[in-house]
Amino acid sequence: MNLSYGLERLWLWLVGLLEKLISWLGLPYIFAYTLEKIIFAVALLVFISVSVLYLIWLERKVSAHMQSRLGPMHVGGWRGWAQTIADMVKLLFKEDIIPAKADKWVHRIAPLVVFIPSLMGFLVIPFEKNLIAQDLNAGILLIFAFSSIAVLAIIMGGWASNNKYTLLGGIRSAAQMISYEIPLVLSVVSVIMLVGSFKLNDMVAAQSGAGKVWFVFTQPLAFLLYLIAATAEVNRTPFDIPEAESELVSGYNTEYSGLKYGFFMLSEFTNMLIVSLVAATVFLGGWSAPSWLSRVPGIVILLVKTYFIVFVLMWIRWTFPRLRVDRLMDFGWKILIPLAFINIFVTALVMAVWRKPTKILRIIKERLLVIL
Amino acid sequence: MINEYLAVLIFFVVALGFTIGGLVTAFLVRNSKPGYEKETTYECGEEPVGGAWIQFNMRYYFFAILFVIFDVEVIFLFPWAVVYKELLSNFGIFAFLEMALFLGILILGLVYAWKKGHLKWE
Repeated sequence: MNLSYGLERLWLWLVGLLEKLISWLGLPYIFAYTLEKIIFAVALLVFISVSVLYLIWLERKVSAHMQSRLGPMHVGGWRGWAQTIADMVKLLFKEDIIPAKADKWVHRIAPLVVFIPSLMGFLVIPFEKNLIAQDLNAGILLIFAFSSIAVLAIIMGGWASNNKYTLLGGIRSAAQMISYEIPLVLSVVSVIMLVGSFKLNDMVAAQSGAGKVWFVFTQPLAFLLYLIAATAEVNRTPFDIPEAESELVSGYNTEYSGLKYGFFMLSEFTNMLIVSLVAATVFLGGWSAPSWLSRVPGIVILLVKTYFIVFVLMWIRWTFPRLRVDRLMDFGWKILIPLAFINIFVTALVMAVWRKPTKILRIIKERLLVIL
Repeated sequence: MINEYLAVLIFFVVALGFTIGGLVTAFLVRNSKPGYEKETTYECGEEPVGGAWIQFNMRYYFFAILFVIFDVEVIFLFPWAVVYKELLSNFGIFAFLEMALFLGILILGLVYAWKKGHLKWE
């Protein structure tokens, strides 16, 4: 067996086996399909949980080393690797406190609303060509649609707690996230124009192979806009107005405790992971690699790119101070959105002109001759 | 043939099961001793004054309305972006000009809101 495509082979083998088993049992294909998706979803959940625990640990270590500290060092032995696992176990056993004046059911539902959509986004991300839950034709549109539901959950949590800090955090967060949603979506439009498809696999295909370059080189402005808007979408410094610790205690999740707080934390890092995965897939070539790296599995390539972007996001967080709320809104509406429109406009124009460059040049030449 | 979007439903059910399972596990293993002091909302140690369900700044609504407008425009942009290559080969430069007109009107709206001062956060 070729080692370099192990995981993809394993998945295809499992799918084939399941389909055979179901047809041998005389059941319709839909059972096999459902089982496949459930297995994939559970595998994704395991992957997400492990990554998030590891990312929280990494965030602490990175921030510590950037501030000349050591960070967690004791739990588990080597560099405190089990610190976040211990934290999660602790959260599980913590008392769940709901404020007496809160809207109890909205308060209870908010953690579900924040976590479920962040898993749904993973549905259309290709980890390898065939290692994808379902290559839906809505593709990236689906990711944006689900990631924008997080706003609802944050405003639900903020409002339901009946606390002034959480309410402020919630509505500030809503204002920020809807403002940065527009440049985020617009920045990807130019890539969609070049590819002609919403499917992430098609985007990877458009960046891999001979004579094709990553979109980060052909669409540098779009990449930059995406990265900035994505930082704001996942509420990280310098755009962490919703949970500005020094102003709002802890923002929208001040009144949460126990595992419900854990779900807010989990979804925050899951969203960071998904934003980085999309950036790696759309702009950095996804699971594809140059030919001299062809023996490395695609999933490893994708994860290396993803974690590089995650690291950049952490780096940004511990480098820049928080923006003031009015400057934040100004920056989004007066700089990012016009720039995103200019990017689309220029891309469209260049595509229209470069379609038949020789013909257009000839026309210009003829017109010039006529004028002269 | 199965509808592809069944996968969305399956994922939703799995995610719901995971979150509810987690919360139920926590409910079973955790301690619970509610008390008056615990259940007051946090206000830096003081007794909270009044509730938080009050009227808040009008600014937020302006941005929400602007967002709705722009988001709908973006939804119009997406289908065009997907078929832009085909449009170019079928209709030539008109594919670009049509959308340039649309984008122009859209940007005019942004400029209007800007000039009216609705993009200013007070």
